[in-house]
Amino acid sequence: MKIQVEKLPAPLWQRSLIPVVSVIITFLLTSGFVLAVGANPVEAAYYFLLDPLSNPVRLIEVLVKATPLLMTGAAVAFAFAGGYWNIGVEGQLYMGATAATAIGLQMHGYPAWIALPLMVVSGFLAGMAWAVLPAIMKVRLKIDEVVTTLLLNYVAIYIVSAILNGPWRDPISQWPQSPEIAASAIFPRLIPRSRLHLGFILALLIIALLWFVLSRTAFGLKMRAVGFNQDAAHFSGIHVNRVIMTVALISGGIGGLAGASEVAGIHFHLIDAISPGYGYTGIIIATLGSLNAFGVAAAALFIGLIDTGSQTVSRALGVPAYLGDVLQATLLLVTLAMLLLQRYRISLRRNSSPQTE
Amino acid sequence: MLSKSKPEVAMHGISKRFGLVLANDQVNFTLRKGEIHALLGENGAGKTTLMRILYGLYQADEGEIEVQDQPVAISSPRDAIRHGIGMVSQHFALAAPLTVTENIILGTTSGLNLNMDHAERSVQAASTRYGIQIDPNAAIRDLSVGQRQRVEILKALYRNVTVLVLDEPTAVLTPQEVEHLFISLVGLKEQGFSVVFISHKLHEVMAITDHVTVLRQGRVVGELPTQDTSPNDLARMMVGRSTFGVTGKPEGSGPQTEGLVLDRVTALDNKGLPALKGVSLNVRAGEILGLAGVSGNGQTELAEVLAGTRPVTQGSLKVFEQDVTGLDAQSMMAAGVGRIPEDSRANIIGQMTVAQNMVIERLNQFSRRGYLDRRAIRGYAQDLIEEYQIKASPEDHIRTLSGGNLQKVVLARVLAQRPRVLMVAQPTRGLDVAATEYVHGKLLEQRSEGAAILLISEDLDEIMQLSDTIAVIYEGSIMAVMPASSATPEELGLLMAGVQQT
Amino acid sequence: MQDALTATFFVGLITATFRVATPLIYAAIGEVFTERAGILNLGIEGIMFLGAFVGFAAAYTADQAGMTGYLWIGLLSAILAGILMGLLMAFFSVTLGVNQHVSGLGITLLCTGLSLFGFRLVFGERAVLPSIDPFPQISLFEGMPVLGDIFSQYMLTYIAFLVLVPLSWWLLFRSSLGLNIRAVGENPEAVDAAGLNVYRIRYLVLALGGGLMAIGGAFLSLAQLGAFTPGIIAGRGWVCIALVIFARWQPVRAMLGALLFGGVFALQLRLQTMGFKLPFELFLALPYLVTIAALALASRHVSYPGAYLKPYRRE
Repeated sequence: MKIQVEKLPAPLWQRSLIPVVSVIITFLLTSGFVLAVGANPVEAAYYFLLDPLSNPVRLIEVLVKATPLLMTGAAVAFAFAGGYWNIGVEGQLYMGATAATAIGLQMHGYPAWIALPLMVVSGFLAGMAWAVLPAIMKVRLKIDEVVTTLLLNYVAIYIVSAILNGPWRDPISQWPQSPEIAASAIFPRLIPRSRLHLGFILALLIIALLWFVLSRTAFGLKMRAVGFNQDAAHFSGIHVNRVIMTVALISGGIGGLAGASEVAGIHFHLIDAISPGYGYTGIIIATLGSLNAFGVAAAALFIGLIDTGSQTVSRALGVPAYLGDVLQATLLLVTLAMLLLQRYRISLRRNSSPQTE
Repeated sequence: MLSKSKPEVAMHGISKRFGLVLANDQVNFTLRKGEIHALLGENGAGKTTLMRILYGLYQADEGEIEVQDQPVAISSPRDAIRHGIGMVSQHFALAAPLTVTENIILGTTSGLNLNMDHAERSVQAASTRYGIQIDPNAAIRDLSVGQRQRVEILKALYRNVTVLVLDEPTAVLTPQEVEHLFISLVGLKEQGFSVVFISHKLHEVMAITDHVTVLRQGRVVGELPTQDTSPNDLARMMVGRSTFGVTGKPEGSGPQTEGLVLDRVTALDNKGLPALKGVSLNVRAGEILGLAGVSGNGQTELAEVLAGTRPVTQGSLKVFEQDVTGLDAQSMMAAGVGRIPEDSRANIIGQMTVAQNMVIERLNQFSRRGYLDRRAIRGYAQDLIEEYQIKASPEDHIRTLSGGNLQKVVLARVLAQRPRVLMVAQPTRGLDVAATEYVHGKLLEQRSEGAAILLISEDLDEIMQLSDTIAVIYEGSIMAVMPASSATPEELGLLMAGVQQT
Repeated sequence: MQDALTATFFVGLITATFRVATPLIYAAIGEVFTERAGILNLGIEGIMFLGAFVGFAAAYTADQAGMTGYLWIGLLSAILAGILMGLLMAFFSVTLGVNQHVSGLGITLLCTGLSLFGFRLVFGERAVLPSIDPFPQISLFEGMPVLGDIFSQYMLTYIAFLVLVPLSWWLLFRSSLGLNIRAVGENPEAVDAAGLNVYRIRYLVLALGGGLMAIGGAFLSLAQLGAFTPGIIAGRGWVCIALVIFARWQPVRAMLGALLFGGVFALQLRLQTMGFKLPFELFLALPYLVTIAALALASRHVSYPGAYLKPYRRE
């Protein structure tokens, strides 16, 4: 028997194995770090992958962790599918969180049916607003959006720090955090006594919309055309710049919504660590999910699982929780490499030479 | 006498497979010292593949190569050069912002320090020795196509090769430049160089070569001295049947209404420099106007202006009396302009399906309030696939299609809209004979149905064969417009080189 | 406010400008090389971070073991780590030919995770940030006014301005290797057809670039701070990506861009202390905004290398 590799599209069963194999390779590659701490890699893998699923409380926590990731993953996937390299979701998230907090602070005395939609809309609009400058620079001046969106992330974070150390500094604790938002602006819990909140439903809605727009609408086809080949899209009569602007702004809006959801669902006030890098994790998720809605959903849940697991690993085995970050980055790179296998058909052949006709 | 010279290169039993395609099938090829040897075959016959194997760009799956009777292993261009083999590709392998000297010495320098003065002098010396005139200091991007080819040839000779492989060297040249090239090649032959001349043009093969090897579908179907054969024999071997390329053109008798009128159209290129300098053309309904010219003289920009993807800075465009100046792509199509672009592969969305590509230009017809009518899209694609005999299913990714099928998709997409004006750019570049005939047939069919057709092509044979009227473009200006019946290749060649006769 | 016009103010400003520009010069020139060869290395931010961490951790460990050359051990370790990451980027962008945006960001995320994980591993959780005695400043005009202050810089700063910039200009435009690099970034087919190994050139350049980026990071931990903090790079890598475009892939212009950023950064540090009624964080954001503005101003004349972002395949 020998292994034969042909340059043909891989069959479905082979493609569906790619995520599984990627995860296995990732854990093998990172097992050295676990050993370095003197812990057992198999045990670590158990805490990462299975322990969070072992009881309902933990399982719900995975969904809580996945909520912002579903949104940032969708934001990045939407932008990338339209050929716009929005690496600025992190900053858009901060701006969304800030705007939602500003609204939330004013909602004392207003009913939830006014407060909640305002929270969502303000988050979305603020994220969108933060995405305007790089999008215009891209469309008008042809300036690479990767650099501008990245740089604006730092500006956004500094602005939030400035606000938290200035006008919004908590008058009582003197911590750099805003006062708490009005009760009516807080997202309702989905399950009592858990942290799972309305944002999770919003996230699922966004995923559903992502699927619908990309695969069922004329705009989805146009934006994918722009994403694949701008010149050909232009030739086909698609207004490329208009599509890019729309994609950039909606992507930014979704990022902003993620920020609003974290404020209204988890923290109830603005802090400068509102995101531990959800915007960047969104890039991992979008790539793992091959830029399609269901893939993004699966990837976000999986990263939510690893995030939850990394806390447990840290507590139970004394492995620094940053191992989770290493794991995610490794998974991204391994998956990038493994996705190439889609183009090859791998099969086993008997060694005896086939009869020639 | 020819057969007595020693073999310089011999390739035995070469086979090469790409995926499911057998590009070379047990090919034998022998090149003798001091001969010009034609490698003849239509597009896709495996000529380039065979020579890329010789030059080390591909590895053969089977077979051996001998150079001067010694078996050799060539696994990279470096090996090929060491064995005295040089190759000039169809797409020049030159770095545009770098100078002639920098391009020529690339890869020949040893040590870290680069003595540019010395390099320039040695390039100048080589230029003189081989009689190939070129300014060593010029940047490649400022050179004409013909000059770039000279740089490529000099680049090979500079490496002291004795075997020179030229892949379709005349495709981009004017008839006069072709003549100039032929003189250089004969000169090299007399200095003892061996030349492989890849071509599918019979008259060139007859004119300059000593020996011919004919390839068809990856196999050698003939190998003989040029003097022992005739264009008819070669054509038969090349395509496997006796008639070839002589599509009869019926007399045009359409109404004399003006279909497409360009009046002193001016446009800029991507760098903001003038590319079209007051182009005026008049294409009547039921007429094919062929626009000849060497590539890079404004044809691309003209095609884009008509496609509605490049703005017009001055002048006007009319389609059947309707002013279409400055309209975008959608409005151009709505006005009845069908657009067949220069490079089909660059103007379709390779990662999308055949069906999606067929409707991408007119999504409004296939969606309701933004929601795609997927059933209608599939049905429409199915119909076109049947009508145009495209070998594909609607759900296939379009990049998996062969060049011929791809061009059929583009034709179907355009012709299904019954355009009144057709802008066709390089429609048969890279296609095999059957596909070329199919495309030509479709264009003539449109002509007889009364469409006004502007055919932009660098292939002078194609222009002469299809056009009722011929115009020549040079550096963004129209040099002349004449009836096809009175045009000669020599005259067109001079015009293409910018020589205005008195 | 009167301070603004004194000589002390300007001397301090100029001195700081050179210091702040130093890490940017190393990293930006590293990126100039990779992009000249056609590869956008978005791993730059992470490689700088890893360089800062590895440099510091190695120096700290060597210092604890009583070695006198501990700073040099740190610097060499950082360079080695940078080269390794450059090679990893090469594996993805050259051998596998995957998307350079995503693989570069992946390298940055990996380097960031590895550094933070490694920091915990080596130093555990401490109340006091571990620190070392950093590289000393070298005075060229000891005791002289103005010049004495301005030319009191770290050795790595002198090397950056006086050796690295001219050397990389020479390497790029006056050496065989530079010709190969420029050609491979414009048209890899030409390089392949000339019998040179496209992959080898790109691997070499990515390794070189990775090493330089790591020096940029290590400068911050080994010279400027003598410590490692999670915010040590704070987007300087991304600034370098912008500087390279601003510099039109010229080492000398990259130096000028780094000085511009350094100047704005040094200026905002001084403005913070001058009693404006604005939060200091807004001053911190200023250099990033100036970088974006510079990019906008320079955008007219930008023409990217011909093979930028394009992996090379023969078929």
